[in-house]
Amino acid sequence: MPMAQIPNWIPAAPELFIAVMIMALLMFGVFQKQSSAADGINTSRVVSYMSVAVLALALLITVAFAGDRVAVFNNLFVTDSFAVFTKVLVLFASIVTILMAQGYLERHKMARFEYPILILFATLGMMMMISANNLMSLYLGLELQSLSLYVIASFQRDDSRSAEAGLKYFVLGALASGMLLYGSSLVYGFTGSTDFFQIAAAIELSSEHGLNIGIIFGIVFILAGLAFKISAVPFHMWTPDVYEGSPTPVTAFFAVAPKIAALALFMRVMVGPFGGLVAEWQQIVIFISIASMLLGAFAALNQTNIKRLMAYSSIGHVGYALIGIAAGSEAGIQGVLIYLVIYLVMNLGTFACILSMRRGDQMVEGIHDLAGLGKSHKPLALALTIFMFSMAGIPPLAGFIGKLYIFMPAIDAGLYTLAVIGVLASVVSAVYYLRIVKIMYFDDVTETLDRTSEKTIGWVLALSSIFIVALTFYPAPVMTNAAKAAASLFAG
Amino acid sequence: MIEALAFYMFAAITVASGVLVISMRNPVHSVLFLILAFFNSAGLFVLLGAEFLAMILVVVYVGAVAVLFMFVVMMLDINYVEMRQGFLQYLPIGGVIGLILLVELIVMLGGWHLEPELIATGAAPMPVPISVTNTQALGQLLYTHYVYLFQAAGMILLVAMVGAIVLTHRKRTGVKKQVIRDQLARTVEDSVELVKVETGKGI
Repeated sequence: MPMAQIPNWIPAAPELFIAVMIMALLMFGVFQKQSSAADGINTSRVVSYMSVAVLALALLITVAFAGDRVAVFNNLFVTDSFAVFTKVLVLFASIVTILMAQGYLERHKMARFEYPILILFATLGMMMMISANNLMSLYLGLELQSLSLYVIASFQRDDSRSAEAGLKYFVLGALASGMLLYGSSLVYGFTGSTDFFQIAAAIELSSEHGLNIGIIFGIVFILAGLAFKISAVPFHMWTPDVYEGSPTPVTAFFAVAPKIAALALFMRVMVGPFGGLVAEWQQIVIFISIASMLLGAFAALNQTNIKRLMAYSSIGHVGYALIGIAAGSEAGIQGVLIYLVIYLVMNLGTFACILSMRRGDQMVEGIHDLAGLGKSHKPLALALTIFMFSMAGIPPLAGFIGKLYIFMPAIDAGLYTLAVIGVLASVVSAVYYLRIVKIMYFDDVTETLDRTSEKTIGWVLALSSIFIVALTFYPAPVMTNAAKAAASLFAG
Repeated sequence: MIEALAFYMFAAITVASGVLVISMRNPVHSVLFLILAFFNSAGLFVLLGAEFLAMILVVVYVGAVAVLFMFVVMMLDINYVEMRQGFLQYLPIGGVIGLILLVELIVMLGGWHLEPELIATGAAPMPVPISVTNTQALGQLLYTHYVYLFQAAGMILLVAMVGAIVLTHRKRTGVKKQVIRDQLARTVEDSVELVKVETGKGI
């Protein structure tokens, strides 16, 4: 019997590295002495920093091995500039959220070493999603990510809100996975393959005989499953509850990394295998985009809890990102990628602010607790002002550039309604972003917040505000890399 | 001839133990008959040449599922007499479902009987060369073509395990554990105190 050949694993080196290190760190954590609470905190701190090192190394490997499109493992796994670009974003988001979380976890007696390891698992799942080139590898990556997220949503297991968040996320996530699987089975049934290249070929072949209704049904179900994962309307219901109930560092992670990975997957699936059916899926994407933008703008107006507000804000931002996908062009995808970079930085910064909202031992989450911040915490208030102005899309901050590069391709593609509604929604959403600024600087002080002394959070705040301001003047690196990534998605 | 005998033996015991599973008064006996049913269905799979499926049935269903049932039955305090009272109430809907299944079977088998070439239209299983058993064939696919998916599935199971431990494991205080080393290290001096009791007085 012939020996099986070892497949070419080099393109998947970052994933393999993370997977191996997860197991090593798990073993390390389990066999540490856990006799007292201080031991537990110590172990969690060590594992946290080692996880950051692992992710940083994986980031280096990802960048170092970047190259042309290669599909390995029997075409189950693909890597190209697009994958590298989004993987870098996801890895960066995970690194920053692990670093920001440590202080919170220690204060709230949930510093256990499993937390960074579950984040590593989720990151691995996201990287597998980004590189998926087959409906099966797509599903497995998605499940690996989702399962880890369900667990960390209820990580504060003594708190009933956290447990509720995890349970809600799990039940609705399982429903979404079911829809995704049903869609995948339809697509497999009508195209005869789960491989993205072959699905694209089959669709091209069948389009000569007119539309195949079964494939359309399959796409609709896959879209519904993916829309749930990016929390686009009408599959957004879980978002505010999960964001509010989860521990704040977990919410910070939810708001950035999984969104980026799921949007990357969304782009890969829509442009890759279903690229030949743009006209069919475009109307669905336009609808969920408009609905998300409007809901994100109007539903957030009445929110007083800042985590809930950020949930609606992220629904709105996903709506804007979907405009770029709806355009269906290379410029549109480039716009989405730029938007994702800016979204990532703005959210990390804002959550760093939320993580420093503390009074005594308690975290406060109401937006009215921010009153007087402009006088008592000048740097924090300044940073939050920058993020809020940027989220509202006010020039010359980065948020404006992101929206600009989203709306331009939409206009080019003739999607005028979409662009107009997008601009109007962003005017409405400016109300609640600017209200936070108003509360910070002009409202009467009742009780001031504590001074935060955490260095990492300070660094995140400083660096992200600098990035938001500087991007306007020096956008070239982000632009060129995003353009390269978008081009590689269309090259196949 | 022997094959037919074996088939009828396995099939009859499967059906009989299936009936016994739902008619036993003692739920523990029900689970035991369920295990018997699983074993005999595994025998049927072996007769079909699907020995991998047979082993999986025994390992997964007998080894895990039935044991889990046993745990549930023994640990939960369920009033089985009360549960049985609804039997007549559920009989009609159960009967309807059974009838639908029967009709579907008759339609399919009747179709094959009337037009034998219909059998070939369904997706036939891959023809397996005599030299390769189906366990080997599965392994050759799983560890070569689909090694990526196989490993990914393994990672998902690991997450499930880590997650279950993270969410439920608690450190209990005041649990007495047997530490054999400590027991062996005890000496007579540590544990026995000799007291001289004077006659007529307590200690």
